[in-house]
Amino acid sequence: MNSTDDLLVIDGVTKAYPGVVANSNVSFRIRKGEVHALLGENGAGKSTLVKTIYGLVTPDKGTMVLDGQPYAPPEPSAARQAGVAMVFQHFSLFDALTVAENIALGMETPPKRRVLARQIREVSEAYGLPLSPNRRVGDLSAGERQRVEIVRCLLQNPRLLIMDEPTSVLTPQEVEILFRTLRQLSAEGTAILYISHKLDEIRALCDTATILRHGQVVGDCVPRDTSARDMAEMMVAAKLDTPVKHPGAPGAEIFSVNGLSLPAASQFGTALKEIGFSVAKGEILGIGGVAGNGQDELFAVLSGETRTAPDSVTFEGQAVGRLGPHERRVLGILSAPEERLGHAAAPDMSLTDNALMTAALRMRLAPGGWIDWRRVREYAEHVIKAFDVRTPGPGTAAGALSGGNLQKFVVGREVLQNPGLLIVNQPTWGVDAAAAAHIRKALIKLAEGGAALIVISQDLDELMEISDRITAICDGRMVRPRPAQGLTMNDLGLMLGGRDPEEEAAA
Amino acid sequence: MDISLINLIPLLMAASTPILLAGLGELVVEKSGVLNLGVEGMMITGAITGFMAAVATGSPTLGFLGGAAGGAVLALVFGVLTQGLMSNQVATGLALTLFSLGLSALLGQSFVGLKPPVTPELHIPVLSDIPVLGPMLFEHDGMVYFSLVALAAVWAFLRYSRPGLILRAVGENHAAAHALGYKVTRIRIFAILFGGAMAGLGGAYLSLVRVPQWTEGMTAGAGWIALALVVFAAWRPFPLLIGAYLFGGITVLQLNMQAAGVNVPVELLSMSPYLVTILVLVVMSAAGAAAGAPGSLGRAFHASR
Repeated sequence: MNSTDDLLVIDGVTKAYPGVVANSNVSFRIRKGEVHALLGENGAGKSTLVKTIYGLVTPDKGTMVLDGQPYAPPEPSAARQAGVAMVFQHFSLFDALTVAENIALGMETPPKRRVLARQIREVSEAYGLPLSPNRRVGDLSAGERQRVEIVRCLLQNPRLLIMDEPTSVLTPQEVEILFRTLRQLSAEGTAILYISHKLDEIRALCDTATILRHGQVVGDCVPRDTSARDMAEMMVAAKLDTPVKHPGAPGAEIFSVNGLSLPAASQFGTALKEIGFSVAKGEILGIGGVAGNGQDELFAVLSGETRTAPDSVTFEGQAVGRLGPHERRVLGILSAPEERLGHAAAPDMSLTDNALMTAALRMRLAPGGWIDWRRVREYAEHVIKAFDVRTPGPGTAAGALSGGNLQKFVVGREVLQNPGLLIVNQPTWGVDAAAAAHIRKALIKLAEGGAALIVISQDLDELMEISDRITAICDGRMVRPRPAQGLTMNDLGLMLGGRDPEEEAAA
Repeated sequence: MDISLINLIPLLMAASTPILLAGLGELVVEKSGVLNLGVEGMMITGAITGFMAAVATGSPTLGFLGGAAGGAVLALVFGVLTQGLMSNQVATGLALTLFSLGLSALLGQSFVGLKPPVTPELHIPVLSDIPVLGPMLFEHDGMVYFSLVALAAVWAFLRYSRPGLILRAVGENHAAAHALGYKVTRIRIFAILFGGAMAGLGGAYLSLVRVPQWTEGMTAGAGWIALALVVFAAWRPFPLLIGAYLFGGITVLQLNMQAAGVNVPVELLSMSPYLVTILVLVVMSAAGAAAGAPGSLGRAFHASR
């Protein structure tokens, strides 16, 4: 029954780890030259499956057939020799090495340096992805880094190219370039297995989609003919309700940043340049930007981890630039950082301990310096209940929770402290659709209750969904905030590049 | 006074050789992403096993091989513990240093006071006949030349060879190297073995040439200096040579100043090489040189994570 059109046939692949079955009897087929999407929530088993195809994981059961030949790669080099290449989401480039060295590492038999450098230039230009072979990868932008990975794959003339969340770090314009490259490859006969959370992209790019849930194939569809909402509901097997923002009249200005400049703290850091903006009561200000453009540095200034000149940050008319996180918490400035494990929460400590760490002052959990454990536990249980955190109890270590559940806890812990201003960095990074909707709804509700919110996010759909006004940070500079209503994706793309869409239109 | 360049430079080259050898080994180990703090222990192990082998066989060459083997065996223990059994690298390295100081004292009990066979000097033909420069640079024992050849070899290996590129990649980002299918643990074990053998050679050079006899704890911190040199050199071979010769130079200079009866307390002179090392390290990190550290240095690697 194998038609000659099939490039890769996966039949009954099963892989179990202690405690979880990552893939259970997974079967599907990828045709030659098609763009095939693999959909599913976090933990649905997508990455285990692609690792199996790439030879990083050996399945417990099941077989694969590549172009009519039995295919069971014991290691990635065997997969590469068979014509399977993979572009990783993270973890596959070496910052301290040059572009050419990085590419040589991913090849079985790299040619001489000079030949390789010439090939890199040729291939990268043929596919519209210019790259210079001798630059250090650590100095490249996210989009350029991804080009390195793609060119590395293309140099080996793959028959199947696996792409794991390739667009999560790209601007909309860079996504366009990538899609053009992928369509060109597909037209030349290379099949592409494309993994993404972003359903609109999948609808724009992919020919077919296979949907995984809890390690099993639960369906397939033609993305062009299926709505994003239907695909999302197949992924989670539940009705999704999208949070709705009710724009109210803006309140009085409560928080502002004025003329803030800050040199980069480290070699790989970003300097902040003359940043100024303000937030009003009941308003959500969204800050977009491609990772590494100064978000972390800005967050540290807002939360109080980095102290600045007193007047550069004001809250309710008071200069707070010199105050640290604790003093700001007392005033009502709360924050939830991006990095869940290690920054927002201590992984090896229980949820109760973690609740104590940021809520001690505002919730009076340690009156007179002595911890009132009963109240701490009650507060942790309150957060767990109100934010539907799935955990055996407040005694569980934070590190044992899944990403989505811990994120709900970390955000909930701040939201329930009744903040005057809440700063959140990447509220739903790596969180599945249901948990993300829950968190966004809570943020909107908090703003409707009169709090001011600053949400830093790379997810443009998220910013459009919840923000009243949107700005973007690019190379440490901030563009002028604009009302979210009426902004197009193209406007946002320009803003992420540090340009002002109105001025562009006028020019 | 006996402080002239013609006298100092040959002494300096000999004094620097042990730390240059050990530092080169550790540089390769750290380039692969492993922080082995057991250099001092591997040196003292190499010093006694090398001494034992040389005395037993009467051959300095076999002595050096014995020293390299002794260092490598201890390094293998470190490798199995940290790479196989995932023990903490810092604690394991420190523990093995303390262990080897004791073990070497035990092994060396019956060797105290013995004389090892003399390591001959190699006078390089033609070059050693050059006036002034000849006696200064080309009348050393084989190990001095070996250390310089090894330096060039390590440099070329890391810079131009594919295994060297893979080793640097493993040290820079072990998760990425694993994802590309490279055997992180195996590569690191080989690097650790090389580091141990080089440290053992450095130790054997102390007991067979520099001193030359066996005394307990005779490395006297040379292993720690070698560790500091790797940071000083920002993980690059040629700056390592400069660092080693700088340190050796100060050591020789202070000895000659002591001998010449310069009016400075002896204790202060003995301290000076270490003070200069600390000073240089502070200046280097203030200048941001520590940013050249391999990305995965000292981090444990487990394939499933």
